[in-house]
Amino acid sequence: MNLDLRVPMGMLFTIVGGILSVFGFFTRGSEIYERSTGININLIWGIVMLVFGITMYTLGRRADKRPRSQPAEGTTRPLGHGQGGP
Amino acid sequence: MHLTLIDWLIMLLYFVFVLGIGFALKRFMKTSKDFFQAGRALPAWICGLAFISANLGAQEVIGMGASGAKYGIATSHFYWIGAIPAMIFVGVFMMPFYYGSKARSVPEFLRLRFDEKTRAYNACSFAVMTVFSSGISMYAMARLIQTLHVFDSLFIHLNMPVGWIFHFAIIISALIVLGYIFLGGLTSAIYNEVLQFFLIVAGFLPLVWIGLRNVGGWNGLKATLPSAYTHSWQGMTNPHTNPLGVEWFGLAMGLAFVLSFGYWCTDFLVIQTAMASDSEESARRVPLIAAVPKMFFPFLVILPGLIAIATPAITQHAMVHAPVVGTSASALVTADLNNSATMGRGLIPPKVNPVTGRVMTDDNGNVVLDYDLAIPNMLLFYFPTGILGLGLTALLASFMSGMAGNVTAFNTVWTYDLYQGYIHKNASDSHYLRMGRIATVGGIMLSIGAAYLATSFNNIMDTLQLVFSFVNAPLFATFLLGMFWKRTTGHGAFTGLVSGTLAAILHHGLTLPAGSQTGIHGGWIAVLHSYPSQMAQNFWTAIWAFWVNFFVTVIISLMTKPRPELELVGLVYSLTPKPVEHHMAWYTRPKVIAVGLIAMLVTLNLIFR
Repeated sequence: MNLDLRVPMGMLFTIVGGILSVFGFFTRGSEIYERSTGININLIWGIVMLVFGITMYTLGRRADKRPRSQPAEGTTRPLGHGQGGP
Repeated sequence: MHLTLIDWLIMLLYFVFVLGIGFALKRFMKTSKDFFQAGRALPAWICGLAFISANLGAQEVIGMGASGAKYGIATSHFYWIGAIPAMIFVGVFMMPFYYGSKARSVPEFLRLRFDEKTRAYNACSFAVMTVFSSGISMYAMARLIQTLHVFDSLFIHLNMPVGWIFHFAIIISALIVLGYIFLGGLTSAIYNEVLQFFLIVAGFLPLVWIGLRNVGGWNGLKATLPSAYTHSWQGMTNPHTNPLGVEWFGLAMGLAFVLSFGYWCTDFLVIQTAMASDSEESARRVPLIAAVPKMFFPFLVILPGLIAIATPAITQHAMVHAPVVGTSASALVTADLNNSATMGRGLIPPKVNPVTGRVMTDDNGNVVLDYDLAIPNMLLFYFPTGILGLGLTALLASFMSGMAGNVTAFNTVWTYDLYQGYIHKNASDSHYLRMGRIATVGGIMLSIGAAYLATSFNNIMDTLQLVFSFVNAPLFATFLLGMFWKRTTGHGAFTGLVSGTLAAILHHGLTLPAGSQTGIHGGWIAVLHSYPSQMAQNFWTAIWAFWVNFFVTVIISLMTKPRPELELVGLVYSLTPKPVEHHMAWYTRPKVIAVGLIAMLVTLNLIFR
């Protein structure tokens, strides 16, 4: 397959993480964080997701540039009795 | 529930990406193999995460949170001894036969090993089961969306009747799942399962973190909750002294052996992800990779249940109100709900009868708690807007991928095993590819039908799930004998399977869990034995089914003519060269990984004993 999952997944996490951290940054000290025991969870978790997303995206892009090895179907083990085998 | 723009934006983004992945994959779907088997070209880690995600539907997430709240950390048995040993076994011993035989589905493997009738029996029961499972998933999602009032403000804003929300939820989820499978087949389903895996972690990890912080960490939980809640093995010598109502033998034999091996080693829903990997070595590694996160998932899905019980209840946060506004009972409901917050436990509200609006009580007058709301209420209680959108997205994602796994398993089994096998044998590959797409549409339509069936006859779903459990319980004996005893014959396997199912039905009809009425809970023939809990009854039904199948298969096999050994090469352990591992780095060898996993499993059980 020629689409590395890490690319779209990295993009999604980067965007969501970005949104959360920006939102968290502008709502510092807001009363909405009473629920989360005073932690600005949007900012902290947004940054975590952002870092994860960028890492995934980069890894996926790098792997896309390398040529893939051909998958080996079935088994490569010799099965004996003239059935298949290398 | 109050959602703001930012929550909606996150949910919307997820849907855009899900469909986007489908569109991006469309151009790679050239042959039926691309569509049904993901071209057998996916890396092991992706298949490994999809392997556990396929099982991690939202009923599983909600159900595990509910059991966590009800039984405590003992629920982890379903993730530890109830999954890990079976996942190791399928990876180390069984995968070489599934993958190496080039079978395209589990029923097809049964045809290669045994005969047509065994395959047909398995394919038919499996196909029906997948359709209903995905229908139940759809129904549960629509109900949850309704209960949590996710779309209420949107509907009121758009001037649409709130009563349509249920239909809207069903149709939109059906369309999205249909869209991405139709376009990208199994690859799309697997990619979305992996995406869902990371979303669940991203959504639930902060929940556990904040929740634990609030209740004073693990030690705080231990101090607040009864000690049975924080120990998984306490009182296991006697079914009456532990919350599950099962003794260790029933647990080990019923759950850890029969049920768990029957599911993880034979259910095409999970096996299909391993069979999509790019080589036999990868396929063997898939369940082993999956076992690592599986082992730690109790901390993400069961722990919130415990935290929900331990969280001090604050009345204004009892956010989940029962029925739809506008029913005649609504005035009554409000009155009842005002004191219902005090009847609940932690964040778990009492169960409310949707018709009368009254809090439900059991025969002894105790309030029945709605444990299924443990996880949703945790999200609503601890998450501020923003991350709340992420938490809900994770929940919706798990509903959808639960459906998607069933739909791809259905379209493969339908097209390869039933359509190609019995209806239209020698068509071109593009014909089967087209049939796969048609089967996807058909499967989803049938699921919608099943979802609506569940709305009108709730008992039908319970009955069906019960019937499926009878069909599944004996399955592992057939595979075990088939793969490891060359003498097993097709007639033996088929007769064994049918007898095992009959044994399960009979056992269910003759036993009853304590405190239950005869009927759907058992005892509908006569009550010969009473179990301390329904769980104990389930485990023992499975144990009986397994052993009856085992012995009947052995006896009939010995009486019938075996197949020539030459035909069984690659299908039976003793006739197939063992997979060689010496060329792999030591830490990538399946057996080494297996030993490491067992060590981790033992450690976890010792810590939470």
